[in-house]
Amino acid sequence: MTRLFARHRILLPILSLAVLLAATFYMQPRAMSYFGVNLLFNLAVPIALATVAQMMIIMVNDIDLSLGAFVSLVACVTATFLHDTPVLGVLILAGLIAAYAGLGVLIHRFELPAIVVTLGMSFVWGGLALSILPSPGGTAPPWIRSLMTVKPPLVPMAVVAAVLIAAVTHFLIIRTGIGTVLRGVGGNAASVARAGWPVLRLKALAYALAGLFGVLAGMALVGLTTSADANIALRYTLLSIAGVILGGGEFIGGKVSPVGAVIGALTLALAASFLSFLRLSPDWQIGAQGAILILVLTARLIFTRRDEQEG
Amino acid sequence: MSSAKATGTPLVALTDAEKHFGAVRALDGVSLSIFPGECIGLVGHNGAGKSTLVNLVNGGLTPSAGEVNFPATGAPRALEAGVRSVFQELSLCPNLTVAENLRISHADLTGFGWRTRARAEILKSLDTVFPDHGIDPNITVDRLTIAERQMVEIAIGFAPRGTQARLVILDEPTSSLDAAIAEQLLAHIRQFCAGGGAVLFISHMMGEIFDVASTIVVMKDGKIVASRPTAEFTRASLVEAMGHVAGPEAEKAATSRPAFGADILNSKTGLTASEGEVVGLAGLAGHGQAEALAQLYFEHTSSWRAGKGSNMVFVAGDRGRDGILPLWSILRNATVSILPQIARRGIVDRAAETRIAAEWKARIGIRTADVTNNILSLSGGNQQKVLFARALASKAPVVVMDDPMRGVDVGTKQDVYAMIRSEAAKGRTFLWYSTETDEVCQCDRVFVFRDEAISAELTGADITEDRILEASFEMQGVDA
Repeated sequence: MTRLFARHRILLPILSLAVLLAATFYMQPRAMSYFGVNLLFNLAVPIALATVAQMMIIMVNDIDLSLGAFVSLVACVTATFLHDTPVLGVLILAGLIAAYAGLGVLIHRFELPAIVVTLGMSFVWGGLALSILPSPGGTAPPWIRSLMTVKPPLVPMAVVAAVLIAAVTHFLIIRTGIGTVLRGVGGNAASVARAGWPVLRLKALAYALAGLFGVLAGMALVGLTTSADANIALRYTLLSIAGVILGGGEFIGGKVSPVGAVIGALTLALAASFLSFLRLSPDWQIGAQGAILILVLTARLIFTRRDEQEG
Repeated sequence: MSSAKATGTPLVALTDAEKHFGAVRALDGVSLSIFPGECIGLVGHNGAGKSTLVNLVNGGLTPSAGEVNFPATGAPRALEAGVRSVFQELSLCPNLTVAENLRISHADLTGFGWRTRARAEILKSLDTVFPDHGIDPNITVDRLTIAERQMVEIAIGFAPRGTQARLVILDEPTSSLDAAIAEQLLAHIRQFCAGGGAVLFISHMMGEIFDVASTIVVMKDGKIVASRPTAEFTRASLVEAMGHVAGPEAEKAATSRPAFGADILNSKTGLTASEGEVVGLAGLAGHGQAEALAQLYFEHTSSWRAGKGSNMVFVAGDRGRDGILPLWSILRNATVSILPQIARRGIVDRAAETRIAAEWKARIGIRTADVTNNILSLSGGNQQKVLFARALASKAPVVVMDDPMRGVDVGTKQDVYAMIRSEAAKGRTFLWYSTETDEVCQCDRVFVFRDEAISAELTGADITEDRILEASFEMQGVDA
């Protein structure tokens, strides 16, 4: 049993989500419906995309403290430029992805600590967002709005989207050759370089992927909220980091799991709803969310330690 | 010994190759051709220029002057010419599976189903080099032992990877393998060379060089000082060419057991040691010696009350993992163990720190111009000396050593052996795990480990290679 959980790191995130889901349904049986599940999880879709973005950075042994500000900026661009002048909007979003790739180059080329660079960039993104939308407003482009409120038969949109994100990123990062090499950069960059790979370009690619998923997160968020605000997604920075770790990822060593990251994001989103169902005062909710996180991480640590001892 | 005569066009030809790092001439005009079918044993101290030579051949560095060509294939780069390197420090990605690690060094492995092909290729290579290896290609590398990782790395080196391995460079490949596995590797090298491949073999274990090399190349101070067929060398002439005299300790006669002080150690696992004794832990690699030492060390030290009270110090063998502090200077690395002793009211006494570092630099011969340089500016052997200085500078009466001579050159070893002897004479006790039998044979008492337990305790004249091997293997034939 210990061994099973230690070898298949994905089991624990799945179990945590299942337990939390069961508890939620027990507290509030009416949530067990097409509509209820969609309500529980639809805000998890942008969080899941942001978590995947964070995972791309953690995969190459860095960390992104600017992600929340970046997603907020994307949301502002989406609700203004992308709605009013779509061509310019697309160009700006493409430019933001390129900027992320540039950050990766900068960090690798000059051996800067990612934590410092991204912390600094968070103020840049935040400032840009404020200058675009000084007060909350803007309008979601209709096509994004209709995409985020689509009602597929049988399974709600949020679930379909989560499965889709997990499947695509799993294929990209775990199954493809380039994804394997990217994880290799996190595991042992020196040996990847020695095998003839351009590590600088690989890092730029990882950062560009993070930028791409960050942009998708911002767009999805605006699709749900219909308007934007410069501070709309600031808490995504920590949520995304927590989601990656909750999903079985490690801060260093290139150990990441895309499916786990998506599950981690769902768990975090669900934890918030669950705590509201408990009628817990909002003042306590953040603390309780932290407690859930610590609980799951402790369980994982116990499993890995035991497994190591047993050998 | 495979001695297919060197004929045809060389796989790689270095002509007057030089490499300078600033003012340092790491390689000073080297000409060397490696022909198909040859196995070249490359020997020399750390710092003699072996690593630089290897890096020129495999394309890791470009020469400052001279040329590196690949005449047999006409390829412009080492990778296309079929030159493969297996490095001394383990260079796999621990988070990837065995098969995925093959993918890192085999860029053409693309398209649908590449995983299946990668698994098949690595498994075939493992089966060829190490029959009965028992390694699952789907397992992530961090779940393998050090020896298994080294085996995977060697197998990746010999794998075809789209073309064909023509020249495989093996840098200390056997340092973490036990004798039986190392023998499998040597057998494979002979077979590989007989089939027209070439191997550049670097090892500090002279026995292996004589066993497998067709030609021995000796390097010293960035130059090739001797290059002759193996048959023309004897152990003595080889050591002489390298510029070192065989230490008298190496042939320590079975003297009568000197008197030691009182027993100061008696562990649950059965390890005992007296004051002033050098106790060896032997046996095949990975049979619980390192674990026994670690357990002993943690039992005798506390995470709370460090510093003045601790009576045991640890010398790490895996320098990168639990030895050096890579961001710190040589000085700080050496003195970190004694900071509490030389601190005054909690403030580090910088003058005392500098004095102690200078003293140990001289005593143990750390080759550096300035002890405030970063620790990584030193070669592996000298980094290990710093770790010894760190341990010996403390007042702890017991020194625990976890295979500290891994990848250390002969000169450094002789220096350290002498140091251990003199410290033991002063009453210090050493617990020494080593994978090299001649090191263990220098100990006063030897515990041989097999299957995580002590299988024999040898003292005095009983400490011979034969007895140790016997105790390491004893039961394996019986229950098979």
